[in-house]
Amino acid sequence: MTTQSGETPLLEVQDLCVSFVQYTSCLRQSTLQVINNLSVSIYPGEIVAVVGSSGSGKSLLAHAVLGILPGNASFSGVISYDGQALSPKRQAELRGREIALIPQSVNYLDPLMRVGKQVQTSVHAGNPRSRQREVFERYQLSPDVDKLFPFQLSGGMARRVLVSTALVSGARLVIADEPTPGLDDAAVAETLDYFRDLADQGCGVMLITHDIEAALKIADRIAVFYAGSTVEIAPVQDFAGEGEALRHPYTKALWRALPQNGFEPMPGSQPLPHELPAGCVFQPRCRQATSECSTERPAMRTVREGMVRCIHAT
Amino acid sequence: MLLEAKQIGFRYERDRWVLRGVDISIQSGEIVGLVGPSGFGKSTLCRILAGYEKPYEGQVLLDGAPLPASGFHPVQLVFQHPEKAVNPRWRMSRTLAEGGALDESLLGQLGIQQEWLGRFPNELSGGELQRFCVARALNPQTRFLLADEMTAMLDTITQAQIWQVVKEVARRENLGVLVISHEKNLIHRLCTRVVDLTITNEKT
Repeated sequence: MTTQSGETPLLEVQDLCVSFVQYTSCLRQSTLQVINNLSVSIYPGEIVAVVGSSGSGKSLLAHAVLGILPGNASFSGVISYDGQALSPKRQAELRGREIALIPQSVNYLDPLMRVGKQVQTSVHAGNPRSRQREVFERYQLSPDVDKLFPFQLSGGMARRVLVSTALVSGARLVIADEPTPGLDDAAVAETLDYFRDLADQGCGVMLITHDIEAALKIADRIAVFYAGSTVEIAPVQDFAGEGEALRHPYTKALWRALPQNGFEPMPGSQPLPHELPAGCVFQPRCRQATSECSTERPAMRTVREGMVRCIHAT
Repeated sequence: MLLEAKQIGFRYERDRWVLRGVDISIQSGEIVGLVGPSGFGKSTLCRILAGYEKPYEGQVLLDGAPLPASGFHPVQLVFQHPEKAVNPRWRMSRTLAEGGALDESLLGQLGIQQEWLGRFPNELSGGELQRFCVARALNPQTRFLLADEMTAMLDTITQAQIWQVVKEVARRENLGVLVISHEKNLIHRLCTRVVDLTITNEKT
């Protein structure tokens, strides 16, 4: 699809749309489309960071890939894993085996189960005990940690246990949902190293985050979400200087709003799903917008080793 | 005005001090950063300064006098998770009214749109909700604002928007501001002075 066109992507999402059925009043139903024509792909050995503000549809993408969207959701589009389209049945088979989720909070550990045992339940091939020990060893978790309960772990240890769960499962695609907020610098660096490590072993990693700085430290490519759609997919090197190499005006604005890059705010806010503007979703806030921008929603197109959803991008 | 905490000691459990012997002072018009690793009591110190917790040891003084026990609290705290700081069953106009009479122009500056006032919290995004929490805390009687990871959950654009407004209000109203953040670049950009809790806190 993009840079490494010779290879089959591990995960390929094409034109994903997700909508929810809601009750507006009494028995009146309405459909709310929250993800529109979203496309992204991940190759083996690659970390793709998905960045965007809250409400841009990042977590829903993860849920759609895993097949755990709530009952009132419906989706269209194609999600393929290893070149094969995913059906709900196949998703259930792959979940926890081939595709693992590292949840955002350490509260997802079972509070009543010793962590060693807990990690062993995720092992699908080989000896669970030795596999778990091997991975704990690698993350400097000593044998007495095996017997601890989650509440006895520090935040950093709990995070290593969560990552171990994904590692022992032998998953080839790891989805990490907001793993860093609230952690101090050392803990963030440590967490990010684990993901790099997973990718270096040939896994594909999808790192979902609103923290663009964390994403820049380890990702190979960055997918930028805005109002339920991908507006740009850029190689990480393009995030430099004044953002000249970036393609979409929203990505440039995100980059320039960083405290170390000018701290320039852009007026306005992301539209809510039921009040999306006509044409390009970013057009009301865009300085380069022309009349064509409000007539048709731009398609994703390739521009200089990346992809962008803007008719003016060069 | 001067907000000062003297020799603060606090613990949630016996024999496990979270804070011990902590001194901090903030002058009106100053923007001070508060840094330290997770678990060093940054948020607890904020809760004490804003009057949510009583310290076991030491005292908090505003111009040499204890904090007022009733009426509008001159030290206001904005939390990291706005969705946990508003009543989910109230429309936003009611949440905003909790902060008392408010400078109407502030809503415009913060980019709060009129139609959001009639909405419930689950109909707004985190960034939109946090704007309400900031507006609620910036009553004209507020003298000190404590921002506990106020923009950690927000995208960079919203973060810059909110801080631009807060800085402007702080300058105009001569507020003292305490910024707690793990983001070094944000602290560098905003603060004139930084307090490191790893140095100040003598808990162990």
